[in-house]
Amino acid sequence: MTAADEREHAVSTTQPLTGTGTGTDRPAGENLLDVRGLHKHFPIRQGIIFQRQIGAVRAVDGIDFSVGPGESLGLVGESGCGKSTTGRLITRLLEPTGGSVVFDGQDITHQPPGRMREARRSLQMIFQDPYSSLNPRHTVGTIIETPMRLNGINSPQGHKKRAQELLETVGLNPEHYNRYPNEFSGGQRQRIGIARALALRPKLIVADEPVSALDVSIQAQVVNLLQDLQREFGIAFLFIAHDLAVVRHFSERVAVMYLGKIVEVADRESLYTRPRHPYTHALLSAVPEADPDAVERRERIRLAGDVPSPIDPPSGCRFRTRCWKAQDRCAAEEPPLVRVEGSPAGHLTACHFPEEPTVAAREEDIVLDPALG
Amino acid sequence: MSVQTSPQPADLAPAPAPFLDVRDLRVHFPTEDGLVKSVDGVSFTLEKGRTLGIVGESGSGKSVTSLALLGLHKGTSARVGGEIRLEGRELVGLPEAEMRELRGRTVSMIFQDPLSALHPFFTVGSQIAEAYRVHHKVSKQEARDRAVEMLKRVGIPQPERRVRDYPHQFSGGMRQRAMIAMSLVCDPELLIADEPTTALDVTVQAQILDLIRDLQEEFGSAVVIITHDLGVVADIADDILVMYGGRRIEYGTTREVLKQPQHPYTWGLLQSMPHLGGDVGERLNPIPGTPPSLINLPDGCSFHPRCAYKGWATEGRCTAERPELRLVSGSDRHLAACHLTDEAKQEIRGGTGPDEHGAGTDRAAQ
Amino acid sequence: MFRYLIRRLLAAALIMLVITTITFFIFFALPSDPALLACGKTCSPSRLAEIKHSLGLDQSYLTQYWEFFKGLFVGRDFGDQSVRIHCGAPCLGVSFQTDTPVLTTLLSDFPADLSLGLGAAVAFLVLGVGLGTVAAVRRGRAADKAAVGLALFGVSVQIYFIGLLLLYLFVDKFQILPTSGYTSITEDPAGWFQGLILPWTTLVIVYLAMYTRLTRSSMLEVFAEDYMRTARAKGLPASKVVLKHGLRAAITPIITIFGMDVGSLIGGSAVITESVFGINGIGKLAVDSVQNSDLPVILGTTLFAATFVVLANVVVDLVYGLVDPRVRLA
Repeated sequence: MTAADEREHAVSTTQPLTGTGTGTDRPAGENLLDVRGLHKHFPIRQGIIFQRQIGAVRAVDGIDFSVGPGESLGLVGESGCGKSTTGRLITRLLEPTGGSVVFDGQDITHQPPGRMREARRSLQMIFQDPYSSLNPRHTVGTIIETPMRLNGINSPQGHKKRAQELLETVGLNPEHYNRYPNEFSGGQRQRIGIARALALRPKLIVADEPVSALDVSIQAQVVNLLQDLQREFGIAFLFIAHDLAVVRHFSERVAVMYLGKIVEVADRESLYTRPRHPYTHALLSAVPEADPDAVERRERIRLAGDVPSPIDPPSGCRFRTRCWKAQDRCAAEEPPLVRVEGSPAGHLTACHFPEEPTVAAREEDIVLDPALG
Repeated sequence: MSVQTSPQPADLAPAPAPFLDVRDLRVHFPTEDGLVKSVDGVSFTLEKGRTLGIVGESGSGKSVTSLALLGLHKGTSARVGGEIRLEGRELVGLPEAEMRELRGRTVSMIFQDPLSALHPFFTVGSQIAEAYRVHHKVSKQEARDRAVEMLKRVGIPQPERRVRDYPHQFSGGMRQRAMIAMSLVCDPELLIADEPTTALDVTVQAQILDLIRDLQEEFGSAVVIITHDLGVVADIADDILVMYGGRRIEYGTTREVLKQPQHPYTWGLLQSMPHLGGDVGERLNPIPGTPPSLINLPDGCSFHPRCAYKGWATEGRCTAERPELRLVSGSDRHLAACHLTDEAKQEIRGGTGPDEHGAGTDRAAQ
Repeated sequence: MFRYLIRRLLAAALIMLVITTITFFIFFALPSDPALLACGKTCSPSRLAEIKHSLGLDQSYLTQYWEFFKGLFVGRDFGDQSVRIHCGAPCLGVSFQTDTPVLTTLLSDFPADLSLGLGAAVAFLVLGVGLGTVAAVRRGRAADKAAVGLALFGVSVQIYFIGLLLLYLFVDKFQILPTSGYTSITEDPAGWFQGLILPWTTLVIVYLAMYTRLTRSSMLEVFAEDYMRTARAKGLPASKVVLKHGLRAAITPIITIFGMDVGSLIGGSAVITESVFGINGIGKLAVDSVQNSDLPVILGTTLFAATFVVLANVVVDLVYGLVDPRVRLA
């Protein structure tokens, strides 16, 4: 099924769609980032001399979403669901194999690197590992100034002044301008990475697991910093993380990915209190809470087995092999990402048999793991 | 000697001869830069069938403590002092040959990253069978049957087939299950799990925690779980020991420590991370600064450079005098090492749960 | 696996073709003239032309190149009516100097290289890995320092120095061993062994250094791996932790280097050792052929050495697949 077919399919369903099919009320033209039918298939080749493609890892397999100016969209899911690949496709660190990415009114899906420069200024990325993402042989000043030099941006007081300003913005001492990354702790390095991303005054920052490599007490410092920047400079975020609580704290809207697809997207209130997709529900129920009372009153949903291979994903709904509600229809027909009955506007779910929209209706333990019987 | 700074649990828990009794454990590493005191006077007890959660950040000494329980510092440059008594038997000075008899059989361990903790060149089955054959005189076939049985026990589908697979052919969750199967193959009495779920996804983490709990019920073993995640200990532990800079700063039952935390560091850990039910409009309240160097721990309370409440204690006390672990009033075994008076804590925390003292923080923070 | 092998062998053939071509054209770029050398001191222009014709040097380079390849598959005939030399199917040409087919010479010299190379390789692998392991286990202590020191000594001395020293000590001075050289193992096994002890020892001293250091560093890296801690946590004795879990992982990078060393040693790279101990091997043959501008022998020895290096690489990859289950050959 091509991306176009899928969109057709989504529109032809009986449920009325609001907005653009991405869970927002904004007209498409007002989005900062518009992603339509985005695909990334990594080919698997075989052959003695002439290699032919025998299959593909469908890392991202047709996803739609949008991010408004100054908005923070969270992208959650477990390892291998395609969330990091999505971030890399949008920043064009990877080349999409299908679909389109429109950023700031400009289609950047297949734009050659030379023409990307303009968009790249406004579209920056923060990486997970603060140790490998900074060049150890460059000073902090050089690291922060490089994007400015490459893009020929001249700050009125010069690059150095601007770099020092940025260091101050991210909570580092401007006098550390001439130091090297290895003189800093993990949290401080992540701040340097953030300062570098800010150097070009971006409109959108793709943050790929920005706090997961940091110590607990440091994570909160970085989350607060990102939140301050978002508010102060009106920067939009695509916040990719596996920690559901952090995403809820940081992002107004959240999309849940499973095996290369978005299975549910909604504003955080709706998604976290009334998840309609069984996978979102299972994911939320698995988050441990540091509260002994919460442990006692908590529902238990234990998914069986593992995520299937993205080389040969299940037909129909990809979650059906681990879903306790799956029926024949789930294998035959892929559920479109639409607003299901009982959901508020902007809450889209890709499920034939969505969960009840109330909290009270779910009390029973659902345990699918044979070892836990 | 260190009685003042770390009162022995035996003084507080009158139970006769606990199953595991660790007293004033010290693990120091001499380095070129100075003596790294990774663990410096840690004491705790644990009974069979119970679970202790050791919580701390990187460098708090929690993993070094766990390796000391297995005697894995023997043969390294580490200097281990204090006592580790397992069913009354002293392990610290035990010769390597005797310690080896205990490893894997009486005390076994699950490591953080099962991909690197399993040997990449041997099959999962042969690694489990090997662990069994070290301590049992059985044929290869018997050991292999045992491996299949263990894989089945931990919920690996088609164990007869998977026993021949290599670790890289398993998924992350399956690998951790295999690791658990290996550590339980000799029915150990004490199981140490060092960040057993940190490398796993949240749904898999829940599976693994359930599995550890179920197997513990079945085998009645004692479990020490080491983690930085308070959610994980809330889920699985009976007691919590919070470590900072190689020392204990708070120790009590899970309910006591999480519901009435007494140390500002524990407050900080609880508040710094968002909760699923928390108010998204409220800013997170991080602990400022970074964990201390283990070579030059700050004088006095090692947490004082990061503590927002040191102004609440008697002038200069936090920077000059190391606080001893004291019983929390109204509890018979909840200990905390902080100079703050109960009244001060009461005032800071507004007399209620840990989430309600944001105002106090703002007031005290410089 | 099978597909992989085919692909590797095809690639190997391609590499050999490239090597042959380069050798062929480098030869013609050189200023020396083999016909002139063969012609001797009393050389008349007509005699020179005659020799050129009989050696095939009067033809164009491309024709000669083509003839060479044709010979590989269908064989060639050399000489004129008076002297006729037939060179059978995998024909590498006939020596300008001795008029014998190159392949015949190569095959007669090969057992010497095989004995020398393989024998030395087995010895330096076993000793190097053993010493390296001891050094790693006893890191920083006397045994480690001794092993590293020994290794350093091996790297710094030269083959001709060690070789001559050994010859002087064991053959001349104490007369423990007969004069070194190669005797066929089928004719005289004891003589084969005695004649090769010193050449082996020389090669071992030189190569041991690298293998000791390689094993040591590889072992130290492996010691830091989590699975080594797991092995100890199981209650395995230290010897088993090191020799089973440690060595198995540490040996993989060594296999690669070892394969290449064996390939090139068998292919005749031990030329200095050969000449110090008076062994007529392929290395010596190659050096002589260059001095004599003997194109067929140059090509033959080059191709022969290349074959072994390339084959050794394929074997290394196959062994790698056996040792490391994560490497899938496809």
